[in-house]
Amino acid sequence: METLERIIAEHRFFAGLESYYTDLLVGCASNVRFEAGAYIFKEGGEANEFYLIRSGRVALEISAPQRKPIIVETLSEGDILGWSWLLPPYHWKFHAHAVEGTRALALNGQCLRTKCEQNHDLGYELLKRFAQIIDRRLEATRFQLLDVYAAR
Amino acid sequence: MSTAVTTDPMLPQPYTVQEVVKETPDTFTLSLEPSNTINGDRFQPGQFSMLWAFGVGELPISISGDPGQGDRLLYTVRSVGQATHALVSQKVGESVGVRGPFGTGWPLEQARGRDVIVVAGGIGLAPLRPVIYQVLHNRKMYRRLVILYGARSPRDLLYRKELAAWAHQPDTQRLVTVDYGGLSWRGHVGVVTTLFKYARLQPARSVAMVCGPEIMMRFVTRELEAQGLSRGNIYASMERNMKCAVGFCGHCQYGPHFICRDGPVFPYEQIRPLLEKYEL
Repeated sequence: METLERIIAEHRFFAGLESYYTDLLVGCASNVRFEAGAYIFKEGGEANEFYLIRSGRVALEISAPQRKPIIVETLSEGDILGWSWLLPPYHWKFHAHAVEGTRALALNGQCLRTKCEQNHDLGYELLKRFAQIIDRRLEATRFQLLDVYAAR
Repeated sequence: MSTAVTTDPMLPQPYTVQEVVKETPDTFTLSLEPSNTINGDRFQPGQFSMLWAFGVGELPISISGDPGQGDRLLYTVRSVGQATHALVSQKVGESVGVRGPFGTGWPLEQARGRDVIVVAGGIGLAPLRPVIYQVLHNRKMYRRLVILYGARSPRDLLYRKELAAWAHQPDTQRLVTVDYGGLSWRGHVGVVTTLFKYARLQPARSVAMVCGPEIMMRFVTRELEAQGLSRGNIYASMERNMKCAVGFCGHCQYGPHFICRDGPVFPYEQIRPLLEKYEL
């Protein structure tokens, strides 16, 4: 059986993280499962965790009045879902729903924030990793905005 | 890598439309056979022809069919203007003028014994489909085949049946994404570069072939380098306004190159400095 320590240590997001920090993270982690179609979180809700997706697929949706919601991105095995737990006011900016049955590791944001305040080295390690994800998603969003396949 | 044209390269040969297949709301695949027996031109994956819609105009279109399929040539055309509209409106039995094939092909010799990474965006899958056929028909010559394909939306995906079938081929990983997905779409949503994190790549033993809008290729080639592919193992197919197709007229000049003659397939190393130049 896979332990939480092992799942965290083997996840690409935590690659190279010292085991001391992994041990700190385990105290904030729990296994979660979502049925296909279930909402993991909704826009405006309190962002109290982030997820390491272990299997399945999650869609990030945005909706506007008088328009059908659109999926702006999907996330799958190995991806990180959610960084709103990091930044005040800790509210989700999108809906996230499980397109397929999804297994994930949830890391409690309040628990992590407390540990990061107490241990700034852990906080810096986490911020570096999230900054990379934010950077990649920002680049992907800019690429998406170019709408490169539209007829000109 | 170029193939000599056996007839006068400026003289269109008559071809007969055998079939027109609607791929997406605005994109069609024409299947053409030579009306005379003098042709029988073989093509290399990646090459293009000049297709003449009589009375309307002539356009460069990549060959999108199977290189082993005899005289029949397939062209996937997106209807975005007068001449492309005239081409896709052809009926079975009607005649189209064809010059070519022209230009350089994909580096399939160099790819022997290596993994082949195909990265396509939008209609850029058309010139890469012959590569996929070639690899699948000669499976022992190549190692893994990785196909990464991005389209604007689910309804813009080309070759849907084949896309589904390629996913089940041995030693093949096929990942598809769309930039915008509705709620009924169950696949991946995100730009084509977001697929790389799911691709099982062995950069040191891979050759990558990229085709799509030029901006997309800039993002993709950057990502391929970040994944560890050397520039010498990345190839891209370029597009410009080709007219003569044999390097005389200069319409398709791209820096020091004529795309019709020196391309359309270029080693990335050769064009990298040009890709980021404004207004080129």
